[in-house]
Amino acid sequence: MKKTKNRKKLVEDIVHAIFFFLGMITVLCVLLISIYLLVAGIPAIKEIGIVEFLFGSQWAPTYAEPAYGILPFILSSVYGTAGALLLGVPIGFFTAVYLAKLAPPKVKSIVSSAVSLLAGIPSVVYGLVGMLILVPAIRKLFHVPDGASLLAAIIVLSVMVLPSIINVSMTSLEAVPKEYEEGSLALGATQIETYMRVSVPAAKSGIATAIVLGVGRALGEAMAVMMVSGNAANMPSLFQSVRFLTTAVASEMAYSSGLHRQALFSIALVLFLFIMLINAGLNLILKHKKEG
Amino acid sequence: MSNIITSEDLCLWYSETQALKGISMEIPENSITALIGPSGCGKSTFLKTLNRMNDLVQGVKITGTVKYQGQDIFAPSVDVNLLRRDIGMVFQKPNPFPMSVYDNVAYGPRTHGIRSKARLDEIVEQSLRGAAIWDELKDRLKKSALGLSGGQQQRLCIARALAVGPKVLLMDEPTSALDPISTARIEELAEELKKQYTIVIVTHNMQQAVRISDKTAFFLLGELIEYDDTEKLFSMPQNKKTEDYITGRFG
Repeated sequence: MKKTKNRKKLVEDIVHAIFFFLGMITVLCVLLISIYLLVAGIPAIKEIGIVEFLFGSQWAPTYAEPAYGILPFILSSVYGTAGALLLGVPIGFFTAVYLAKLAPPKVKSIVSSAVSLLAGIPSVVYGLVGMLILVPAIRKLFHVPDGASLLAAIIVLSVMVLPSIINVSMTSLEAVPKEYEEGSLALGATQIETYMRVSVPAAKSGIATAIVLGVGRALGEAMAVMMVSGNAANMPSLFQSVRFLTTAVASEMAYSSGLHRQALFSIALVLFLFIMLINAGLNLILKHKKEG
Repeated sequence: MSNIITSEDLCLWYSETQALKGISMEIPENSITALIGPSGCGKSTFLKTLNRMNDLVQGVKITGTVKYQGQDIFAPSVDVNLLRRDIGMVFQKPNPFPMSVYDNVAYGPRTHGIRSKARLDEIVEQSLRGAAIWDELKDRLKKSALGLSGGQQQRLCIARALAVGPKVLLMDEPTSALDPISTARIEELAEELKKQYTIVIVTHNMQQAVRISDKTAFFLLGELIEYDDTEKLFSMPQNKKTEDYITGRFG
């Protein structure tokens, strides 16, 4: 009796340890990446000077007198993300309200599966379609010499953020208790009034989460952006070719060396900090939800 | 006493199932009418038909008529939102919105276009007083309604219903989720409210019907078995089924 009990206990402990170890793998990865980025990213910033690096408006690492200012990348990333949300959030939000509350079941299932499909399309495909259709269209429509521009990146990104905005908002809108809506309807409010004034406020933390996830997606996207934005290190302007933080790292890593290479790690560090900031924001929202 | 609501031969189907079978009854103004009967007898369905909350259920079909102040409520010319403003509703489970006490009560008037802060303040106070909860909540108007006790939440919901100026209040088992003390307060309130409003209340609790209602309707399997003055129905039921139910032989 006692022997089998001990054996059982031993097996339990071993399994427990295995689970713990597997769980720690994720944590280890995050730690490793963070430490590596800090170690690899800080030297170049030190050498260039943090102000010069973050606020210098010229990026020319291969010149005889090299300049390492990444302000164009930072601003391009910020403007690109903001622009994508400006287009994507209203579309995504109203789609979510429609799907969660108004759409007949048939329409809902068709649109929902289209949204899921959109989420599954690889970013290189977005880039390809953008390159072949959107970029020439912008050139013709606005009579600019090259359609590969910040605008093209914004439009592609705005489509790419739709699935996360729609799905997360929709889930939180669907979770609003029916009783709230009935209460509002029974007071003589119309359906639309009810959804906009009761359901949406009740789901606001979920909708905020959806938007933050969209920010993360837009900020972190490299491939599609690289293919449609022209990838020149200009200060951002709607119809000009621009380079994002992500695309700077992705496109130059192959041929860089020395300080230039180190500076790319620093760019990755900056990007990483941006994403961390967004995650912190997300946690804040979720915590607020729990307390509220 | 004149009748404010009259239903004639009202039948209702949820898809294939018939939930109401030819209900004809008259509800007098400024009185409390109780609807009693076992679960699934159609009393809640009947109640929800009176302000057309059943419209929201998919596959619902209704024949017969319901007249409110002489007007057929199913007529195409009827604005259902105006109807619901006149015929308010209080639900089984207290359902205050996740907003402040003030915003809960002001929700209805705001929806109907009242913007003036002074006017809203006045309505909120009147309504909370009307629901006998002003003294408890006057210092907590800006606090979330979700922090109130169940009984307070239900009285807040009554105040919210009063704020749009209804003539009829439909109550769907309003005390079934409450403790006895809160229940007593809601009953007191109902008796006070009938001076100004007409109340139709669904209840599982026969003592409650006896305590507060003027008339009682007994429903069974979608049919209206008996409808009479409460005192008469409980002391001298005309129908054997009513007698069996009120003496606790089934249900």
